[in-house]
Amino acid sequence: MIRVVLLALVLALTSIGVRAAEAPPAADDPVIEARLHRLSTELRCLVCQNETLADSRADLANDLRREIRDMMKAGRSDREITEFLVARYGDFVLYRPPVKSTTLFLWGGPFALFATGAAVWFVLLKRRQRRAPDAPLTPEEQRLAESLLDTDHGRNRS
Amino acid sequence: MSRFVIPLVAFAILVGFLFVGLGLNPREVPSPLVDKPAPAIQLAQLHAPEKSFTLADMKGRVWLLNVWASWCVSCRDEHPFLMELAKENTIPIVGLNYKDKRDDAVKWLAQFGNPYRLSIVDADGRTGINFGVYGVPETFVIDRDGVIRYKQIGPLSAEKWQQTILPLVKKLSA
Repeated sequence: MIRVVLLALVLALTSIGVRAAEAPPAADDPVIEARLHRLSTELRCLVCQNETLADSRADLANDLRREIRDMMKAGRSDREITEFLVARYGDFVLYRPPVKSTTLFLWGGPFALFATGAAVWFVLLKRRQRRAPDAPLTPEEQRLAESLLDTDHGRNRS
Repeated sequence: MSRFVIPLVAFAILVGFLFVGLGLNPREVPSPLVDKPAPAIQLAQLHAPEKSFTLADMKGRVWLLNVWASWCVSCRDEHPFLMELAKENTIPIVGLNYKDKRDDAVKWLAQFGNPYRLSIVDADGRTGINFGVYGVPETFVIDRDGVIRYKQIGPLSAEKWQQTILPLVKKLSA
C-alpha cells in the first residue's frame, strides 16, 4: 500500500516538474532569471496592484519583465533598472518606497502613533497613581480591620 | 468631560481620513512624467505603415496623445466623447494604438469613427512603457515644447474635459 502511495506521489511530483519546465518562454540564462525574480519581487505590478511584478500574470507585467530581462542582458545594474521604472511609474512601483518628504508620513506615521499612544498611557498611569493615594488607616479602622480578619481566621479554624 | 471629547475627536478624524480614502481611486497613480519632456516616439502610422511619426511633427502645437486599443472596453466608452472633441477641432488628437493588431485597430476605427489626426502603432508596448502607461485608455496633454502637462488615467469625459483639461489647454495655447 505504502509503495503505491509513494509511487503516486513520485508520479505527481515529476509531472509538476514537467509542467513547470514547459510553462514560461525558455529561461536561457539562469543567472539573469534568478536576478530578475529577486528584483521583481520588490516591484509592484501597476495593473493588479497587490501583486508583485514577479507574481503577476498581467500583460504589462510580462512586458516589464521582458524589459528588465533585456536591460539585465545589456549589463545594467539593479539600481539603474529600478530608476528606469521609477522614472516612468513613480515610487508607487517600489514595495519599499524611499524616505523623502512625500513619504515621511508613511515611514514616520507608525512611530508617531506609537509615541502618542505611549505618552497617553504614561500620563493616564501617572494620573491614576495620583488619584488613589495610600491614606493611612485611622486607629478605629485598624481595629475594625483586625477584628474582621480575626473572625475570618477564627471561622476557618473551627 | 475631556475623557469623552478626546476619543470622540480622534474618532471623527479617523472617520474623516477613511471617508476621503473611500473617494480616492487607487488606480490613479500620480505620474512622475508630468512637467517632464515627453519620451521620444519613433513609430509607424496606423493607416500609413511606411510613414513614421516623431514628437517633432507636433512641435509648436498643444496636442493630446490618447492611448487606445481595439481590445480596450473603456476605450469604447470614451470614444463618443473623442469624436465630439474631434468635431469641435479645438485640439489635435494623436492616437497611440497600444499592443493591438493592425487589422483590428483599423476595423475598430472604421466601425466607430476615427477621431484621430493620425494613429501610431506601438505593437510591443515599449513606447507605452516609456510613457508609464498601465491602464488603457490614458491621455496626455503635451505642450508646444513637447512637455507633458497632464495625464488622464481612464476614459476622458465631458465633465473632466470642461473642468480640468480645457482650462489647461487654453492656458497652454495662450
